[in-house]
Amino acid sequence: MEGNIKLIRDDGLRLDGRANNEMRPIKIQTGVVQRADGSAFIEWGANKIIVAVYVREAYPKHAQNIDRAIVKARYNMSGYSVEERKRPGPDRRTMEISKVVSEALSSAIVLEKLPRAEVDVFIQVLEADAGTRIASLTASSVAVADAGVPMRDLVVGCTAGKADGKVVLDLSKDEDNFGQADIPMAILPRTGKVVLLQLDGDVTEEEFNEATSMMMEAMPRISELQKNALMDKYSLEDGE
Amino acid sequence: METKKIVYPGDKIETGDLKPRNGMYESNSEFFSEYFGVIQESEKFIDVAPFNSPYLPRVNDKIIGKIMDIGPTMWTVDINSPYYSLLHMNDSPWHVSSGDLERYLKVGDYVYARISVSNEIKESWISMRDNGMRKLETGRIISVKPPKVPRVIGKGGNMINIIKTYTDTKIIVGQNGFIWVDGEIENVKQAIDAIRIVEKEAHTIGLTDRMEEYLKKMKGEN
Repeated sequence: MEGNIKLIRDDGLRLDGRANNEMRPIKIQTGVVQRADGSAFIEWGANKIIVAVYVREAYPKHAQNIDRAIVKARYNMSGYSVEERKRPGPDRRTMEISKVVSEALSSAIVLEKLPRAEVDVFIQVLEADAGTRIASLTASSVAVADAGVPMRDLVVGCTAGKADGKVVLDLSKDEDNFGQADIPMAILPRTGKVVLLQLDGDVTEEEFNEATSMMMEAMPRISELQKNALMDKYSLEDGE
Repeated sequence: METKKIVYPGDKIETGDLKPRNGMYESNSEFFSEYFGVIQESEKFIDVAPFNSPYLPRVNDKIIGKIMDIGPTMWTVDINSPYYSLLHMNDSPWHVSSGDLERYLKVGDYVYARISVSNEIKESWISMRDNGMRKLETGRIISVKPPKVPRVIGKGGNMINIIKTYTDTKIIVGQNGFIWVDGEIENVKQAIDAIRIVEKEAHTIGLTDRMEEYLKKMKGEN
């Protein structure tokens, strides 16, 4: 079945009219949850994700780390965020995403500054349209910075993959479902250290390298959006 | 409106001749910001002042706390921080016998107290055995972001003093971000509005003058 589906149009553009190295539009906003320490809302293409961050003493007490904080991200999908209703509650996939997001954030947060604490990151996916783990992570890192948790860098993520035998950036839902590979990646932009890298599907070494270099090119742009989102809350109304 | 230089986590900080101090980390003998905040330069030091950060207890800070729980000999106190603090009955201004703590402070009461002990794992104890330390009986409590507290107080207290004078209220600013405001209800509202503006525009220059104008105008209208 896979072979029969056309994901690249005859004019060389993708089904949604993007070039192969073009991102979907991204919009990030902070301060969307009043009582949270930090929060962010991201629209990445049709993905809509809300993130709230709370910092507190870790509970239960025996789970505390005496010398550093623990990061607990909880990725959750709303029932009708996807085409066919998702049974609510954690499952294998959401637990995996919670884990990889927690670990990616842990490598950016200066954990020693908050001994015994826990950084709770609640990720609620309101609408999913491929690439939610990376969108969640990108928004989470903005929300954590908004909460004033010390961080070494703002984690930024991006996906690439293979559709119709061509390497493309930022997979859409169809390309994700019917393409040959999906590679989410997240880095710390200052050093270029990779904090998340997964691969689902088949790619050759050259294709993998092409995909990563494509993502590396796109990340600074997403980084810029993250910074603008943080700043927006503090620019005064008169625009000065 | 002029603003100070803004940095994001991971941004390189040009220290020049100044000694790097708070809010940054070192990597390959260069310094990078740990927060989303502004650069603050003093005569000797350079700091990153975050726009937002959790309150971490420091000895001798005068804070406002909310009683969360009552034990046989200690109250557990919320100090607007990720970490709870403790108030031992012997550190209260009353002669309390063990098991009888609820007679003096109930859950939900607010106290003005000083942090007497704090350790490296952020455990802390507060004490009310000091001048001016007491239970806050009337008035309203609001909370501002802890890093904004110095701006709400102003240089030598001039910001909070002009708010007090113009709105005719009593105000206590806890270093942890809880603020107690007492007075006539309309005045309290005005004072709270003023504090909210200071909190929002804390990173701009010339704020005290603008606030004074704002308060004058507000008083003129009424």
